[in-house]
Amino acid sequence: MDTLYIKKSDIPSWWNAIKAAHDHVVAPVRKDKVVEFARVESYEQVATDYIQTTRSAKEVLFPRTERLFSYKKNGRDIEVQDFDPESVPSQVLWHVRPCDAASLFPLDAVFNWDYKDVMYNTRRERTAIVATSCATADEYCFCTSVGGGAGDTRGSDILLTYTADGAIAEVMTEKGKSLVALSQNLFTEYTAGDKDKYVADVPRVFDVEKLKEKMHGMFDSQVWKEQSERCLGCGACAYVCPTCSCFDIQENPKGSCGERLRCWDSCGFAQFTLHTSGHNPRSTQASRWRQRLMHKFSYIPQRQDSLGCTGCGRCSRACPVDMNIKEHLSSIDKIQ
Amino acid sequence: MCNCKDKNIYLPYMMQVEKVTVEAPGVKTLRLKFKNEEDEKSFSFRAGQFAEYSAIGDGECTFCIASPSTRKGYVECTFRQAGRVTSSLSKLEEGDTMGFRGPFGNYFPMEEWKGKNLLFIAGGIALPPMRSVIWTALDEREKYGDVTIVYGAKTVADLVYKNELKEWEDREDVTLITTVDPGGETPEWKGKVGFVPTVVGESPINAENTIAIVCGPPVMIKFTFPVLEKLGFAKENIYTTLENRMKCGVGKCGRCNVGKMYVCKDGPVFTAVDLAELPDDF
Ligand code: SF4
Ligand code: SF4
Ligand code: FES
Repeated sequence: MDTLYIKKSDIPSWWNAIKAAHDHVVAPVRKDKVVEFARVESYEQVATDYIQTTRSAKEVLFPRTERLFSYKKNGRDIEVQDFDPESVPSQVLWHVRPCDAASLFPLDAVFNWDYKDVMYNTRRERTAIVATSCATADEYCFCTSVGGGAGDTRGSDILLTYTADGAIAEVMTEKGKSLVALSQNLFTEYTAGDKDKYVADVPRVFDVEKLKEKMHGMFDSQVWKEQSERCLGCGACAYVCPTCSCFDIQENPKGSCGERLRCWDSCGFAQFTLHTSGHNPRSTQASRWRQRLMHKFSYIPQRQDSLGCTGCGRCSRACPVDMNIKEHLSSIDKIQ
Repeated sequence: MCNCKDKNIYLPYMMQVEKVTVEAPGVKTLRLKFKNEEDEKSFSFRAGQFAEYSAIGDGECTFCIASPSTRKGYVECTFRQAGRVTSSLSKLEEGDTMGFRGPFGNYFPMEEWKGKNLLFIAGGIALPPMRSVIWTALDEREKYGDVTIVYGAKTVADLVYKNELKEWEDREDVTLITTVDPGGETPEWKGKVGFVPTVVGESPINAENTIAIVCGPPVMIKFTFPVLEKLGFAKENIYTTLENRMKCGVGKCGRCNVGKMYVCKDGPVFTAVDLAELPDDF
């Protein structure tokens, strides 16, 4: 890893060089009260005065709806048109939070165990991640409780930490190096070693190792019912989550042509596990809430050596009835 | 060399419907042939594996491959018309095109069963996954000891694979016991009347050196396992296949997740030992 420094006044020209070298730069953009990731054309468009975007950055790699293939019917014959990797643009994801960069671990794992998902992998290959340390956090953030941190480099090709007059650039990967190489002359060595000074202090509220162990044995606990009493099953938490990767497969026919799509889905929906026979293994909201938490904190860790949560707090901010995952996890942590 | 890295796992093989068999009211078997010779050549599967069958324009449905792995050149599926996709599949005629993705999941460890007796227990529409194993065993009959099949359905009309049942009944080297639920019999019915678990309990079954393979709706499985254990079967010698709701079949969509297991990856074949370890979430 190289630790470099770039002056504030030089960042726009580096940004322009990055923009010129890629098809798109995707960055947070303010639209009225919300900040969302979008393709940006100029450095000035990038929003920086916010805690968290409403939705995560995952849709850059795993779009909300994505074509799996298209088809055309000719009499009794059907012609299919496969996904074309060449159609995937090269892009840089700029100014994501460390909790979004960290979400690439569970996403990479699920899209690559046994079977490789060529759509996800192509997007992943063609996307470079420039993350930014958080200088501020809010009461929903709990990255430090799930193995991350406001200045965590995991998942980033480059992590920028803004100082008073510039940014410390931790260059983590080859992809990161080639982004720096676009304006190599603007970077200098940085040796002060005082990064933490510029990074938000996010208090740790539970010990995730203990929590994981405890959750293994909690399938039959009453806590799921108690916690989910007010959950509407709206699925908003899953849609905004950077690590939720469940999807549905749907048809979109238009006459004799059409396409097969995958669309984000949520284990919070009653339909998710409903069999045609009418049997539903998770027929109550309590069992669906249990699935959400157990999957993230017990099942994924047992299979993939990562957690299914990066502590971004989005699900709590988005929930219409104020379900707060940080509080729920803390209260599970406190159960004797 | 397998070029799996670059293959789109959601793109189905194009198949031609070669034969349509009406098995029972609302139940059909489709025999499918690969339209592309290359696909056919590179395709193989093991008994117990499942696939995604698609009516292009209507969607995909998950069924076990119902044909035996010993017979090459085609695959078969048997399904009951119940939802949108199965309704659309059941409208297909010989010569029509449909999609097929697979084979997915694990399979019955038939290699390990050499020299053992096989007891097949199936209820209702669950005979299809079993049929693949039965024929695979019968095609290599010399490898196994006694073969016993207990098959039950709601009514006589609901029994599927009637011709094959006849064939198995006529074979010297197969013991077939058929049963229908009380009230489902006809005046001509010569089989048993009673629920599958009860009939299993009352049949002369020797657990020694025997593997039991149970397929059926969750309730049937729940009630049959204890009966088998009472007959002396060890949990590790009882196999079943789980029919969970699935979409992707390849461990991605999350739908089939039960505890730390994914039915599409770690199943659909499980032993009674595996099932006892799973949370009650299927
Ligand atoms: S579960 Fe909530 S806090 Fe955790 S990563 Fe997902 S949205 Fe963020
Ligand atoms: S956002 Fe809140 S109400 Fe909606 S499903 Fe998630 S926890 Fe339940
Ligand atoms: S069917 Fe999609 S994960 Fe198993």
